[in-house]
Amino acid sequence: MANIYINKLTLKSSIEGLRRKEFSSLELIKSCLKQIEKTEGKINAFVTICKKETLEQAKEADKKIKDGIDLPLLGIPIAVKDNFSTKGIRTTASSRVLDNYIPPFDSTVVAKLYKAGAIILGKTNMDAWAHGSSTETSDYGATKNPWNIKHLPGGSSGGSAAAVAADECIAAIGSETAGSIRQPASWCGVVGLKPTYGRVSRYGVIAMGSSLDSPGPITKTVEDGAIILEVIAGKDPYDATTSPKSVENYSLKITKNLKGLKIGISREYFIKGIDKEVEESVKQAIKKLEKAGAEIVDIKLMDPQYSVDVYTIIQRSEVSSNLARYDGIRFGKDRTEFGEEAKRRIMFGTYALSSGYYDQYYNKASKVRTLIIKDFERAFEKVDVLIAPTSPSLALPVGSTKGAAMFGEIADILVEPSSIAGLAGVNIPIGLSKSRLPIGMQIIGPQFSESLVLSVAREYEQLTQNENWRKEEPNL
Amino acid sequence: MKINVPHVAKLANLALTSAETKKFEKQLEETINYVDSLNEIKTKGIEPTSQVTGLENVLREDIAGSERILSQEEALSNTKSTENGLFKIKGILNEE
Repeated sequence: MANIYINKLTLKSSIEGLRRKEFSSLELIKSCLKQIEKTEGKINAFVTICKKETLEQAKEADKKIKDGIDLPLLGIPIAVKDNFSTKGIRTTASSRVLDNYIPPFDSTVVAKLYKAGAIILGKTNMDAWAHGSSTETSDYGATKNPWNIKHLPGGSSGGSAAAVAADECIAAIGSETAGSIRQPASWCGVVGLKPTYGRVSRYGVIAMGSSLDSPGPITKTVEDGAIILEVIAGKDPYDATTSPKSVENYSLKITKNLKGLKIGISREYFIKGIDKEVEESVKQAIKKLEKAGAEIVDIKLMDPQYSVDVYTIIQRSEVSSNLARYDGIRFGKDRTEFGEEAKRRIMFGTYALSSGYYDQYYNKASKVRTLIIKDFERAFEKVDVLIAPTSPSLALPVGSTKGAAMFGEIADILVEPSSIAGLAGVNIPIGLSKSRLPIGMQIIGPQFSESLVLSVAREYEQLTQNENWRKEEPNL
Repeated sequence: MKINVPHVAKLANLALTSAETKKFEKQLEETINYVDSLNEIKTKGIEPTSQVTGLENVLREDIAGSERILSQEEALSNTKSTENGLFKIKGILNEE
């Protein structure tokens, strides 16, 4: 195979290629760096690129491979969202407040990636503090969608999604509070897995909504996502909200016979104003699953509109608390450096938690949260998984978020319910619109159902592997 | 429903310009009106959920393990305002 294109390989193929000595880690890194050189000017997916370090680490990885050392991600270049603390590597959360911050410790996810032999290619751009669904609120310029650079990549993990879509890296890490993995994955045409809350450690991830934040993989295929999940999942003594449930061999469990699988479809998720191509594509995708043996069940779920209310209140409240630590004393710059969106969210959160308003807002939202959780529990008594569009729109044009009071929370209406309930959800690409923008679909399962959700996703991927749109790629 | 933006800004330790105050007054009001639909849901007798894991009493031994400690140098590494190995901050109690 032509060495110059090895950056386009999937994670699975890269691992196999390195093991079979078809190419070296150094060649793989160089191929990604070459692509970055070619496309970064157009898409701005990275805040920091670790060029020198990765070349050194690649040489070390090649030595290990030569010595027969076997690690799950040995020699593989991975891009990491810039809200994951990386020791000695600048970490900004795409905010000027942390412009000069260099963490003295690694987040657990990063430590696990290193332990698995991975090479951190760089830190990807995001909405500042993860406050958004566009990557347009970054203090380092918006990331552009590789499929059409006049459009946004989604967010807040837009940099990670764009870097994967543009083959600037082999795989990436993102985080989701409500939509921040699934939605940019949908807009960029890649796979984005939001694991169950508590499946992956939040230690060292710059906190947004502590009862919601879920780190997860953004990859080219479902199997790639499963491989990464196996590496990063697990109980962490540094994060008391991580689950003691054992980590499954997700990459081995992802074959499934769809016969008899009950898929729930909720009319409430095909909301008023949804893009017609998105709606049609998702409905067609559901028909394909039915043809393959799945049973489609009509399910009535709570109107996702209420989830927007709950999420706006709970998330912004937790944000106001989490961002109180940034006072420019021990690290970072002072609070005047906060961008507009951050200030807006801090203000609303402070208000919702303040004396006289706490009951009406935060407490009320927390009660409705209980109802949303119960709503899903009832649904999963009748079906195995739920399927819905991930985003009600295609990737929106650059500039779409300007002046909006709550762009992110409204854009993420279809992913907020499952985030509020801490469920597992994955976005898979299912096609391209007439305007050549990616269309995504999400599969949601109960807590800790990653194996099931990934297998259904993989089955769909296999069923549709010869569809024409899969031959297309971004023209960068 | 008019929010007292200066009061909230003080609670949030944010210094806002008068232009920002005006803008946020409008936008916060918009958001408050938006989430008002939550009142359509009856929650009498419903317990609030603060976390979805169901985990309780996740404890550890009260030992300062070396792997979780930053050295003094590491802890001070991100600021220039230090003195004698301590963070130096603005005075709170000033001798009058």
